[in-house]
Amino acid sequence: MASKLTQSNRAGWSFALPGFALISAFIILPFFFAFGLSLTNQRLISPNPTEFVGFDNYRDLLGLAVITLEPERDAAGQVLRDEDGEIEYPRVRTLTRSDDFPQYRGMREWFRWQSGEDARVVVASDVVFMKALTNTLVFVLVVAPAQGGLALCLALLINQRLRGINIFRTIYFMPVVVSIVVVSLLWRFIYDGSDGLLNNMLAGLTFGFFQPVDWLGNPDTALGSIIAMSVWQGVGFHMVIWLSGLQTISPTLYEAAEIEGASKWQTFRYVTWPGLRNTAVLVLIVITMQGFALFAQIDVMTKGGPLDSTQTIVFQAVERGYGRQDISGGSTISVILFLIVLTISFVQRWLTREK
Amino acid sequence: MKNAARLLAKTTALAAVLAATTTVAQAQTELGLWYHGAGNEVEETLINRIVSDFNASQGDWEVVLEAFPQGSYNDSVVAAALAGNLPDILDVDGPVMPNWAWSGYMQPLTIDEGLIANFLPGTKGMWDGQLYSIGLWDAAVALYARQSTLDDLGLRTPTLDNPWTGDEFMAALEAAQASGDYEYAFDLGMAWTGEWYPYAFSPFLQSFGGDIVDRSSYQTADGALNSDEAIAFGEWWQSLFDNELVPGTSQDPADRDTGFIEGRYAFAWNGNWAAVGHLAEVDDLVFLPAPDFGNGSVIGAASWQFGVSATSENPDGAAAFIEFAIQDEYLAAFSDGIGLIPSTPSAAAMTDTYQEGGPLNVFFGLSQTQALVRPVTPGYVVAASIFEKALADIANGADVADTLDAAVDEIDRDIERNSGYGH
Repeated sequence: MASKLTQSNRAGWSFALPGFALISAFIILPFFFAFGLSLTNQRLISPNPTEFVGFDNYRDLLGLAVITLEPERDAAGQVLRDEDGEIEYPRVRTLTRSDDFPQYRGMREWFRWQSGEDARVVVASDVVFMKALTNTLVFVLVVAPAQGGLALCLALLINQRLRGINIFRTIYFMPVVVSIVVVSLLWRFIYDGSDGLLNNMLAGLTFGFFQPVDWLGNPDTALGSIIAMSVWQGVGFHMVIWLSGLQTISPTLYEAAEIEGASKWQTFRYVTWPGLRNTAVLVLIVITMQGFALFAQIDVMTKGGPLDSTQTIVFQAVERGYGRQDISGGSTISVILFLIVLTISFVQRWLTREK
Repeated sequence: MKNAARLLAKTTALAAVLAATTTVAQAQTELGLWYHGAGNEVEETLINRIVSDFNASQGDWEVVLEAFPQGSYNDSVVAAALAGNLPDILDVDGPVMPNWAWSGYMQPLTIDEGLIANFLPGTKGMWDGQLYSIGLWDAAVALYARQSTLDDLGLRTPTLDNPWTGDEFMAALEAAQASGDYEYAFDLGMAWTGEWYPYAFSPFLQSFGGDIVDRSSYQTADGALNSDEAIAFGEWWQSLFDNELVPGTSQDPADRDTGFIEGRYAFAWNGNWAAVGHLAEVDDLVFLPAPDFGNGSVIGAASWQFGVSATSENPDGAAAFIEFAIQDEYLAAFSDGIGLIPSTPSAAAMTDTYQEGGPLNVFFGLSQTQALVRPVTPGYVVAASIFEKALADIANGADVADTLDAAVDEIDRDIERNSGYGH
């Protein structure tokens, strides 16, 4: 293998060289820059010299602690309850802003749960980043199976010799060739809270019983709306990859299956699906990586709001680097993202390895 | 014959040399000028007129204009500064100027002080005791209302000397809501994300007695943005949204532009730049001063201004252009063209709208009496973006004290990381 790559292969190397040079200049080198910058306090614009700060940026992003809050008690030691019967606790800010607890300084409540009468509060140095992390994971976990599965269904549908099938292929593929920014702008109108297309359609279908929903303005629906729109936008691309996989399966296998009397489901399960194995691995990894890079939809449609319900890792990296002029913070997020994607890709490779 | 030929050759050579030297003498040194108004036709015509008038008026300098869309202007300047490609003359938003001056993008502006003696305070960009930029106009915000609305609801007309108190203002909004004639009582313009939030809404906070940062030291936001007064402001701010008196953060930009004109909003918080358009559509439009929540009526000040980049090799030429541009004639032209507040009373007198008795004269008074510049610090750029997010979160229901605390922590961390921003 090594000898084949290094010997008598000038033509091959010279063909690969432009690609290697571009990838090194624009991907590999910037990555090492990012790692270096994440250990400094580099600003976007500043007359101050850049200083080495070690892993401070990572600590600021990932710092977590659990605080146990005891209920408020009256003079008799009885637990105080509010009108709804909920136990009253002291405010977290009495701890995080107190000089008695310097270790919690600058931290903020992320979420809490109750254990007995006490409340356990998870405080984070950077709640926004934590929310960005969880939102991105949710996005990937939903989009990867939904988009991959839907794309496979579409590919199976259009992999037929019918008159006018190219019209369907074109329609399904169309969202992919339209710029994501344009698509996002259009969907902003579709999701509009008062007179958007979606609200009007739902109202029409239910004869006016449907109450309009402010899809992007409501923290409960914003991320879901963006997920639905992203699945729709990217599905055509993966459909084409599935289609190419489908067309590599030899027709003789299908003929054999037919002669054996296999049902449609059996044909899919034992002929089509094993033949699509490598395609499936590719589609899964590509969707996962694209999912982690979620940015344009957020930037155009919600800017991370409302209430951080649509913050994502890449959006935060850009927002830190340019909005808050903190290049070192943005770089740190990129490095963390790189490590996450790398780990997940390795796990996926391992899970889908040839046994 | 031979001599004649030689003579001819000599004279042509001489003529060529002469021609060359005269062109050199005539050539004007080029000065780059960047402007934020690309896409706005009226504004481009106005700035082009100043440039061509200046180029024709003297022989030393030739200003070459490059216009950018406002949305990407600041990013373009920062990128150009990092790449070392700044033009000679920069257009800069007032509150951003200290950041650029501190970062070394701009140099102090040396123009005749007598020329700007009568300028509105908000138009002078001062940092570290020196003048860095000067504006041809200022901007002001007022409470837009219809006289008929005030009459129908039986409300007193507030004046500069006697503005509405916070309670009177809330009573007015509730009366408008109770009348049932309006979709929302008040339009804050939540659709205008970005600088509009700190520019338009931090004056409410200041009227309550809080501020974005502590202006005595500019080293912390603690005790300013999370003081009891600031928390009172936050509770009030949230109540506007909870009680559905105002449209929320997902407001459609089109509703922002037309909602008040179509009578769907009873009151609107809007700038003088929108006044000309509104006057054409609404007959009995009145511009009311900001309500006083206990610490005086406050509105924001400072708009776009001109300054000289630090890398300019011809600061005298750049200053000459700026001195030329701040003539009353041009201040008045900009004001007539796009409704901005001219920087001097003499220019105001030359305009149709801002002269004594003119429909927009009230804005001149607002700018003179209520205007407060946004915090004058290089850290403003980051603090403003943190403040914007905090306001949006509170509007969407986040806990007021926790959100303001978090904003304080973030601003303080940023100040610390920048070693105090040179204060």
